[in-house]
Amino acid sequence: MKDTPLSTCERDFILKAIEEKKRLDGRQTYDYRKIKISFGTDYGCCFVDLGHTRVMAQVSCELVAPKESRPNEGIMFFNIELSPLASPAFEQGRQSELSVKLNRQLERCLRNSKCIDIESLCVVSGEKVWQIRVDVHMLNNDGNLMDASSIAAIAALCHFRRPDVAVQGEEVTVYSPEERDPIPLSIYHMPISVSFSFFQQGTYLLVDPCEREERVMDGLLMIAMNKHREICSIQSSGGIMLLKEQVMRCSKIASVKVSEITELITKALTNDKTARKAGGRCGFAESMPQERITALKVDETPVETDDVAEKAIGIIEDAEAPPPTASSPVVPVPGVGQVGMGLQNTWGVEEEEEMEEFSSGDDDVEEVTKMEEQKKKDNKDDVVEISDSEEEEVVILHPEKPPKEKNVKSSFHQKGAPSSKKKTKQKN
Amino acid sequence: MAGLELLSDQGYRLDGRKATELRKVQARMGVFAQADGSAYLEQGNTKALAVVYGPHEIRGSRSRALHDRAVINCQYSMATFSTAERKRRPHGDRKSTEMSLHLKQTFEAAVLTELYPRSQIDIYVKILQSDGGNYSVCVNAATLAVIDAGIPMRDYVCACTVGFVDETSLADLCYAEESGGVSSLALALLPRGGQIALVQMDARLHQDHLDTLIEAAMTACKGVSKVLDQVVRQHLQEASTLQE
Repeated sequence: MKDTPLSTCERDFILKAIEEKKRLDGRQTYDYRKIKISFGTDYGCCFVDLGHTRVMAQVSCELVAPKESRPNEGIMFFNIELSPLASPAFEQGRQSELSVKLNRQLERCLRNSKCIDIESLCVVSGEKVWQIRVDVHMLNNDGNLMDASSIAAIAALCHFRRPDVAVQGEEVTVYSPEERDPIPLSIYHMPISVSFSFFQQGTYLLVDPCEREERVMDGLLMIAMNKHREICSIQSSGGIMLLKEQVMRCSKIASVKVSEITELITKALTNDKTARKAGGRCGFAESMPQERITALKVDETPVETDDVAEKAIGIIEDAEAPPPTASSPVVPVPGVGQVGMGLQNTWGVEEEEEMEEFSSGDDDVEEVTKMEEQKKKDNKDDVVEISDSEEEEVVILHPEKPPKEKNVKSSFHQKGAPSSKKKTKQKN
Repeated sequence: MAGLELLSDQGYRLDGRKATELRKVQARMGVFAQADGSAYLEQGNTKALAVVYGPHEIRGSRSRALHDRAVINCQYSMATFSTAERKRRPHGDRKSTEMSLHLKQTFEAAVLTELYPRSQIDIYVKILQSDGGNYSVCVNAATLAVIDAGIPMRDYVCACTVGFVDETSLADLCYAEESGGVSSLALALLPRGGQIALVQMDARLHQDHLDTLIEAAMTACKGVSKVLDQVVRQHLQEASTLQE
């Protein structure tokens, strides 16, 4: 399903707000949204909430034959699934550009940076190695899928435990989790990606764009780093042109953010460990907040309200006086009510004859008026015949003569018409 | 890779170059008569062929047309005989799709697409022999092809892959250096304004070295742009003398 296009006024609004250093949700330029990391019951399952963006990563392992060129190394396989679950814009099954881009970025971020000791995954050189598979599923797309995926993937890898293996000569025994405790993977460092979005040809920069900001951005720069200030990957996308100083500045901001996020992940991991040891309940179901409305409470959105009062007074003073309200309905004839004076007909009438407004309340009033008593109003001398089709004859009705019943083609059918169609009788 | 010294004590690399030396660039424009623009470029042992069609009407779905700009469509593929082991899937796999996206992004920044609304420019690049720096050679070849097609651009788009070893930046990496675990940075630059159209880096690099690496990449790209400029002028001279 194609995504609903962004309206021009919404786009202009967001861009204007960014120029004034304001964001839609009240964040500062370099602020991340609230990150929440929770783990599932199985080892290796991780949920990450980045604001409203929700992502799930699952790590699994399997014994396979290694690649011929690398007989003593394990295999890492990454897969990002974009399903219509996350956003109606994603199509099931088709490998869209975004899917390829995210997959490759995650691969480069995690695999090329050698964050995991692959050689320790080898069981029998040349025959059996562990294949670690990381599947990342998008559950809700509210912008910045890349960052959420990288956090989820590395947290899941840190959380994962693989079965213990014993090799005796030619025999390989894989112990189940009940027999022997599964062992964690050996992770050297945790690469985390930080996304920067650029607006107005690189003049403005935002960290962690939400979905609306992503739609209006010019381009994106993704920098993946670890907490030791080593850059694991840089990737610029979108048709923007950057300057070297911008890239350097972004890398400095990224190092700060990455250390904060790494702390968050380690804290979440230790919390989960203690919870499991204590025998407490853990898992996806537990981490879902129970949302019951007991009292209506909404988190306050931080919005700058310093000069709201002055601005409001200024706007009211500058504004024009409101139009005078119409008096109570006028009843020209029994059965007909008239509210307001009506507006200029905007239907582009071509006739040159003198037009006059015909505002009768029976356009809006749906009561069945007594048609026999429909008379022209005194203030309108000339009849205005605004009709859609030219075929209908125009008959002039004079106010003195009572109109015949036949004349009246039910004008109350035309609910939306700006003026009613009245058949009038020609004076013979 | 044990035993392979990427930078010797005297400052020589595996193929005898110095750290900032680029590989030999040989290029020819207008190799195909059928296409609107074409170019063949060799950078050391990496050989790439680029062909440009356009601007022409949008093929396929009309919905992709942009009302104010041209759509740039890139396809990157590697010949099956281009690498040491025969490539089983020349296009359609993730790496080629990613490379095509990057090429598209690079040229969208450089080509004056506002001059051709509701039309499409196709850029096809094929690697005939791969010896490192695939992306950079593709960009350079495609630049020449776009110029050959007469499509206006803001500036030459020059790209170069640089690596960082032993506190030194190596310009224009070859395959052995790339796979030797060197942190490599690919940069596409518009040399006159110093604007970066695409930056891509893999493998670990400490943040402090980023500045020197990008500087080295920009210098290398400016060197490439001089060579490309020479190639274009020479081609023009040949074409104009022949017409007389």
